Amino acid sequence: MKKLSLFLGCIVPNRYPGIEKATKLCLQKLEVDISALPEASCCPAPGVFKSFDKATWLALASRNIVLSERMERDILTVCNGCYGSLADANMELKRNPEIKARTNSCLKEIGMEFKGTVEVRHIIEFLYKEFGPEKLRHYITTPLDLKVALHYGCHLIRPSKERGLGEPETPVFFDELVEATDAKSVDYTDKMVCCGAGGGVRSGHAAESLEMLEHKLACIRKAGVDCIVNACPFCHLQFDRGQLAVNEKFGTDYSIPVLHYSQLLGLALGFSPDELGIEQNAVQNIEFLAKIYEISAGLR
Amino acid sequence: MSEELQKVLKAAGLDVLSCMHCGTCTGSCPSGRHTGLNTRRILRDARKNRATVLSDDALWLCTTCYICQERCPRGIPITDVLLELRRLAVREGFMLPEHRWVSEMVLECGHAVPLDEETKKKREELGLDPIPETIQKYPEALEKMKNLLKACKFDKLAAEK
Repeated sequence: MKKLSLFLGCIVPNRYPGIEKATKLCLQKLEVDISALPEASCCPAPGVFKSFDKATWLALASRNIVLSERMERDILTVCNGCYGSLADANMELKRNPEIKARTNSCLKEIGMEFKGTVEVRHIIEFLYKEFGPEKLRHYITTPLDLKVALHYGCHLIRPSKERGLGEPETPVFFDELVEATDAKSVDYTDKMVCCGAGGGVRSGHAAESLEMLEHKLACIRKAGVDCIVNACPFCHLQFDRGQLAVNEKFGTDYSIPVLHYSQLLGLALGFSPDELGIEQNAVQNIEFLAKIYEISAGLR
Repeated sequence: MSEELQKVLKAAGLDVLSCMHCGTCTGSCPSGRHTGLNTRRILRDARKNRATVLSDDALWLCTTCYICQERCPRGIPITDVLLELRRLAVREGFMLPEHRWVSEMVLECGHAVPLDEETKKKREELGLDPIPETIQKYPEALEKMKNLLKACKFDKLAAEK
């Protein structure tokens, strides 16, 4: 297993630090060799920067990759957006010498050079390939009696040609990781559909973005679950903060708790909800909090 | 836009000529169910060299979920085509004010979503350093990153036209 650097991106450290804390606690418990990646910037956000200018997107992404190359560590992301941006840029730069030369001429301005010596990993893909559900089960100290609506998100699995995680219509690898915690991943309508945040839609077209979200929330509510689990802080923000905006816009009363997988796994590894920042979410569902505190204390 | 759109796309390795207008893209689109985005129509306009497609606001309703690209029976990289059309549109001066703001954030502090006081407090509650270990903690690195963006002429691209 190669050594890793933890790429935080923007939303995790600057909006949902609970995901940062949960990730660090989980990886420590799993004895993964991981260090911080000082000086890293925005990945940059694939939906907007890749939509504006390719040279800028590649320059900023490669700058982040070079920081990790210098530490001789692969990059670990906990965000589908960061993963999409960094993995796609890394691949394009490694494959195309012309693009690499052009990007390096920009990087030279700040004394950097992209060499192409590291890989970009996503925590779900990493846990699945390096541990797998069976091995992960051995670490579980607090089995979770929870019903979960799993949201894969888009850029973890698509474009599938580049991801190497199997077919993207009905994947199961992430469900298996969820079920390794003893939680049940419940099937629901349009499970594989986008949350509506990406591509600059949440920032540029808020009303339409919330309409897409409302559809997902309606499907999830029908499934009757304890919480939503995601692998992307942008989906997380859309489901959590967006849920309040949906209630305001549509007069609905959704109150579905939202957990990043690192927080779900953290609970199963024996950490308490407050250590994992679960209470810091915008959605405050007291019933759910009581339930996970009871599970955490071994009362159910 | 003086050159023919379709040729510009082809030069970028994106051939839309093989589209047979089956509509799988539009039928699969999670945005198109709720919004005015009609992916097949955008592809048709691009193929017919209609430069008006660049000023079409629907281009910015795509969440880049890549479902259309996965399902296209002709194997057209549809999402990549859409992204290329967006880049051409930006060069022509089309950028939503909200997106300009996101660009400014990155130009200013290196993050699309900057740190705020509320989050600093949350970080402290969790026993984390209030200022994360990212570029916002390192002014020298931030200056260099700004120079990198200038070398790419991104400051000019994001500036109001």
